[in-house]
Amino acid sequence: MREGLIRRVSEDPPVAAIDLREAEDTDLLEISNGMGLALSLYEMRVIKEEFSRPLTDVELQTFGQTWSEHCIHKTFRGLVETDSGTVDSLLKSYIAKATRELARPWCYSVFEDNAGLVDFDNGHVIAAKVETHNHPSAIEPFGGAATGVGGVIRDILGVWGEPIAVSDVLCFGPLDTGYSGLAPGIKHPRYIYKGVVAGVGSYGNNMGIPNVNGAVLFDSNYIGNVVVYCGCFGILPKDRYVRQTKEGDLAVLVGGRTGRDGIHGVTFASTDLPEDSEGLRSAVQIPNPLVEERLRRAVIRIRDECLASGITDLGGGGISCATGEMASRSGLGLTVELDAVELKETGMAPWEIWVSESQERMLFSVPAKNLERVARIFEGEELEWCALGKFNPTKRLRATYKGVTVCDLGLDFLYSPPKLKRKAKRVEPSPLPLYLKEPEDLSSELLALLADPNVRSREGVVRAYDHEVRGATVVKPIQGQSGSHNDAAVIKPLKDSWMGAVISCGINPFYPDPYWMAACSLEEALRNNTAVGGRRVAILDNFVWGNPEKEDRMGSLLRACEACYDFAKAFGTPFISGKDSLYNESPMGPVRPTLLITGVGIIPDVRKAVTSDLKAAGDPVYQIGITKEEVCGSAYLRSKGIEGGDWPRVEASVSRKIMETLTATIDAGFVAACHDLSEGGLGVAASEMVIGARPGLGMSLDLGRGLFLTGRDDLAIFSESAGRFLVEVRAGHAGEFEEAFRGLPVSCVGEVLKEGALRLSGLKGKELTIERADLTRAWRGE
Amino acid sequence: MMDLRKAKACILRVGGTNCDAEVKAALEDLGLRSDILHMDWLEKGKLSEYQLLVFPGGFSYGDYVRAGAVWGKKVLTKMRRDLERFVEDGRLVMGICNGFQVLVEAGMLPGDGGQFSPTPRAVLANNSSARYECRWVFLRGEGSHAPFARRIGKGEVLRVPIGHGEGRFLAESEEAVHELIRSNRIVFRYARPSGEPAEGAYPFNPNGSVHDIAAICNREGNVIGMMPHPERAFFGWQAFGYGDPHRYGDGRKIFEGIVDHIRSL
Repeated sequence: MREGLIRRVSEDPPVAAIDLREAEDTDLLEISNGMGLALSLYEMRVIKEEFSRPLTDVELQTFGQTWSEHCIHKTFRGLVETDSGTVDSLLKSYIAKATRELARPWCYSVFEDNAGLVDFDNGHVIAAKVETHNHPSAIEPFGGAATGVGGVIRDILGVWGEPIAVSDVLCFGPLDTGYSGLAPGIKHPRYIYKGVVAGVGSYGNNMGIPNVNGAVLFDSNYIGNVVVYCGCFGILPKDRYVRQTKEGDLAVLVGGRTGRDGIHGVTFASTDLPEDSEGLRSAVQIPNPLVEERLRRAVIRIRDECLASGITDLGGGGISCATGEMASRSGLGLTVELDAVELKETGMAPWEIWVSESQERMLFSVPAKNLERVARIFEGEELEWCALGKFNPTKRLRATYKGVTVCDLGLDFLYSPPKLKRKAKRVEPSPLPLYLKEPEDLSSELLALLADPNVRSREGVVRAYDHEVRGATVVKPIQGQSGSHNDAAVIKPLKDSWMGAVISCGINPFYPDPYWMAACSLEEALRNNTAVGGRRVAILDNFVWGNPEKEDRMGSLLRACEACYDFAKAFGTPFISGKDSLYNESPMGPVRPTLLITGVGIIPDVRKAVTSDLKAAGDPVYQIGITKEEVCGSAYLRSKGIEGGDWPRVEASVSRKIMETLTATIDAGFVAACHDLSEGGLGVAASEMVIGARPGLGMSLDLGRGLFLTGRDDLAIFSESAGRFLVEVRAGHAGEFEEAFRGLPVSCVGEVLKEGALRLSGLKGKELTIERADLTRAWRGE
Repeated sequence: MMDLRKAKACILRVGGTNCDAEVKAALEDLGLRSDILHMDWLEKGKLSEYQLLVFPGGFSYGDYVRAGAVWGKKVLTKMRRDLERFVEDGRLVMGICNGFQVLVEAGMLPGDGGQFSPTPRAVLANNSSARYECRWVFLRGEGSHAPFARRIGKGEVLRVPIGHGEGRFLAESEEAVHELIRSNRIVFRYARPSGEPAEGAYPFNPNGSVHDIAAICNREGNVIGMMPHPERAFFGWQAFGYGDPHRYGDGRKIFEGIVDHIRSL
């Protein structure tokens, strides 16, 4: 770089000035890389054009943070050039568009704040947010995952929500991966798995928030790109959702001290993971759930006493983003006195204080008259706090340190980043022929599939998380001595209401067509929710994709977004919040496009919820939904290492009617047990219903002949067609149940047996019998 | 006879405590008013206003060192005299999960009256699985004289969840275990569904506790410590899948014992 572009303007505090006016393109890029800004040449040019003065390092860092992929989702908000024209913002054109067009009156706040808010009961709203913490977890699994949980809990606190549950969905490389299969800088999946599970468990357990829902997936694609989704759900009285920061209010920072941990977390999340990633450990924050537990109490107290006018959490970008956002959304300005910030260490440069992502910090705006009371609450919880400055009408974000003005930026410019332009190349895979003969021995096929790492019991993970703390968990993630899994969790958050919050998820990254992959994930989240009695579901999207600067990655992202719009509309279920994590690329290649859909439903009376274990011998068992030869990407084929065949598709109009009818029959009390058919198909679902129960199940596929569009037993049993359930109906209600489902694909296929076994006879009368003990042993991997 | 409306429970908390609200919900459902108080805000002598003192679950002070060790020491420094008097008076003290660990670390359990042992005489060690574990267990009433168990017969089975990483009860010697048995200070043992003691078999005994010990009391029976969480099995809906959601959960019986006792004062 040419000399003279960067010069020191102050020794104490250390501040540098960068003169972009004379900078050539190569200089701009060098500055962006050298300072860790992760800004593109185009963005650097826009900054250069705007200013007729040198910028301080603090100011340039502010742009790096505020304009990062992580903070403003520039890919989702930018332009996408396709063969068939330009899409202006994936978010506005697909995700939020569905929500807007559906216009559900129970959506209280969507895509606005730290979390989405939907109506609940008695003037309360439910807050929901799901985040990813992939890069940090790849480098420092325990700390990365723990701070992922801590961060998403703060998102809920940041909308005044009392956290009632957390969830986690984790994707790892196979635990038996050989060390020779690892690229340099990639940690072994077993190490990552242990650290991530311990980190998620530690944070939730220590904070006393139950972990009630999730999934664990294994695939060699995730060796280089671990995926860690963390969700949090909260509740608050509607009228306590306060966002009205006024001129003269104080910006109050509270919680953990600010240190050098977590510097450049967002910019590092907005680039590919390099080989020498170990050197990035300083970008991973250090968790301290105890401080956040005290923060939680303080937030709820301040909320209940109506003492603050605004709140936000400190996440990506630290103080720079939290203060900037709060001022910007209120149409105000703020001068931050960095001297007030309590530091973990001495000698920090102002820009480090400004962008540090040290954990467990929140920002409040507090009317001056309430400051004393607020301070007393903080001190009562042993929390350190400081007033950073007063909100003013200037619409400028200023920062001073030791008498030096280190930052002075107009918020309008800072918060209208240039629109990025990405190119997308459409990818539409076509199904390959399936070369697989129908196996002779279906019993051993089923037992082998039950033992598959992607199908088997998740008990080792689920029990490491406290799912009962707070004493409000109704339907648990795991149940009974053998630990069978339920499809969704039900929480009863209010003392005086029987209303429950129903939390579910859907994730199907192995279906190769991104459109149907997304459709199936969305439908599965709804199906899981419906299976326990949930309805009126709101959904959250979390995209984990590769580098968006590459056309094929953008092409599949576009396809997935199209499906999100189409199926959110078709099912009438609005997106309320979302987050994308792009740049998931490692020396081992890009991540498999992975979309998590989280569902938040309600159930009017938690006592009417339904679990998946079979209940009473003699009850008839019904299969709902059509089974097609849809096995591409299924657990069945993947366990054999075979590609080919067609993948599942969603027929929304039928699926929606099925779910609505199922909800009605659950409410009417006809349903004794219900399980959705997903990974491993009918065979695995039927086995799981037996594993968790005392009685067994006898069923004949031939009885449901019309439901199977295949002549092969293996495909009938292991196909993963969407929209299907297996339902135990209470004896005596079979007629009413059938009546309710008239015109829909449903058929009585068997009954609950007294003996603890699974008896299944195939389409051609072939029979198999497996004792529960054997099913359980295989499924538990014993 | 004491009017329950005049009685009060104190649920103590410090940084890291997180099961206080659900204990309060359980006690108040039975009509016993409960204050959740931060130990640092508790004024001297204030304890005498209460009939019941609860140390609830959580991870007090992060459970660094050893679970309950820090709070166990702090509580003595802060309020030893008041606590001794409280126990001497025959008022009730209950430690649940982390609270049990605190009572043991403070030398209040196994314990004789207000004489707290200067060093811990038992420990809640790492689970023998070396893992944190959340699961529903079967508890077997041991016919204890403690008020907490007055509604629970000998051999009666309760379903209640546990959630801990350090719950393996170990006494200082084999003789000490026999002494606990002899003096009838074992309140609950982990059991099989039939009510037979687990005899150490996992997962019925989830943590490897000696003699399947899940809960003990002091000689007088007015101080109890238990690893399982009765407040999480108080309402029937909490025990969904483990009982009838329209009735009450088994954990309620323990709280009923407390209320019966306070009424009888």
